[in-house]
Amino acid sequence: MTVNEALFNYSLRLGDNSLILSHRLSEWTGKAPILEEDLAITNIALDKLGQARFLLQYAAQLEGKGRSEDDLAYKRSEREFYNSLLVEQPNGDFAFTMARQLLNDVFDFFLYEELTKSTNEPLASLAAKSLKEIKYHLRHCSEWIIRLGDGTEESHNRIQNSMNELWAYTGELFEMNEIDSILIKENMVPDLSKLKPKWNNMLCEIFEKATLKKPEEGFMHTGSRKGVHSEYLGFILAEMQYLPRAYPSATW
Amino acid sequence: MNKEKQWPLWEVFIQSKTGLPYKHAGSVHAPDAEMALQNARDTYTRRGEGNSIWVVPSDAIIASNPADAESFYEPGNDKIYRHPTFYVMPEGAKHI
Repeated sequence: MTVNEALFNYSLRLGDNSLILSHRLSEWTGKAPILEEDLAITNIALDKLGQARFLLQYAAQLEGKGRSEDDLAYKRSEREFYNSLLVEQPNGDFAFTMARQLLNDVFDFFLYEELTKSTNEPLASLAAKSLKEIKYHLRHCSEWIIRLGDGTEESHNRIQNSMNELWAYTGELFEMNEIDSILIKENMVPDLSKLKPKWNNMLCEIFEKATLKKPEEGFMHTGSRKGVHSEYLGFILAEMQYLPRAYPSATW
Repeated sequence: MNKEKQWPLWEVFIQSKTGLPYKHAGSVHAPDAEMALQNARDTYTRRGEGNSIWVVPSDAIIASNPADAESFYEPGNDKIYRHPTFYVMPEGAKHI
């Protein structure tokens, strides 16, 4: 695999993550618990969509086969998507959505912080821009986690159960393959294993403030690095891709 | 939570540029100050409206009573010497 091919795949990994999480968050639009939160979640979804657009445009350019960001978003099948299993999990209740967001945002925070030092200029500049957004997303969801955890008995149980259930999707975030080794050698991307202690520490601090217990380590789901997904991604793509596939020449 | 199961109301003031006065932008519901600040940010600064926000609990604001308008404001109306209308504006002077 060439550096260019590895970069293409890595951009898809990051881009798909943002795209699918954006789609999940957008499912809250119009039905979040309160108006203010509806706007907040929709804002986050739009930030994620902006990141996805940049990354898929960059991937399309790296590939050089004349595909556009839209082709990559709407005309790839499930097995060609590389987003984490975590972000494709259904929204559940509000606590579940916030728990999923926290686990992802703490990871993204440290990943994008490292990516700002990338020797690859497009990735470094995207990371610098996205990091500002991610910091706010992280602030928003961690404040929610603290309030839910330290709130009523019901809110505490809901957020604790969500965290316990989603924990099994966090092992995969740190998995690396050939793509990572090639790009680490070029100093383009960080070694994910080095992010894990920081990720762990930040989560433990938040859990402590939220009076939550850190979930126990156990079975971890895996597959997305090879394009193997949970049953949910197919349904997301069916909804997201229906229109451009049914009416390929449709425009706004 | 109060009886109506609504979070407390907060008034939002936004400063569009450093040095300019804060202007009332609207209000938000939020359980506490930090969330009020975040809700204000998400609701009122999405299009570059400002770079600084104040949130104030709505019940901390003391408002004048519309029924008092006569005694509050009308006495000023016939004191024309309080109004700066006796000066000739220099030509070309702007923003006075």
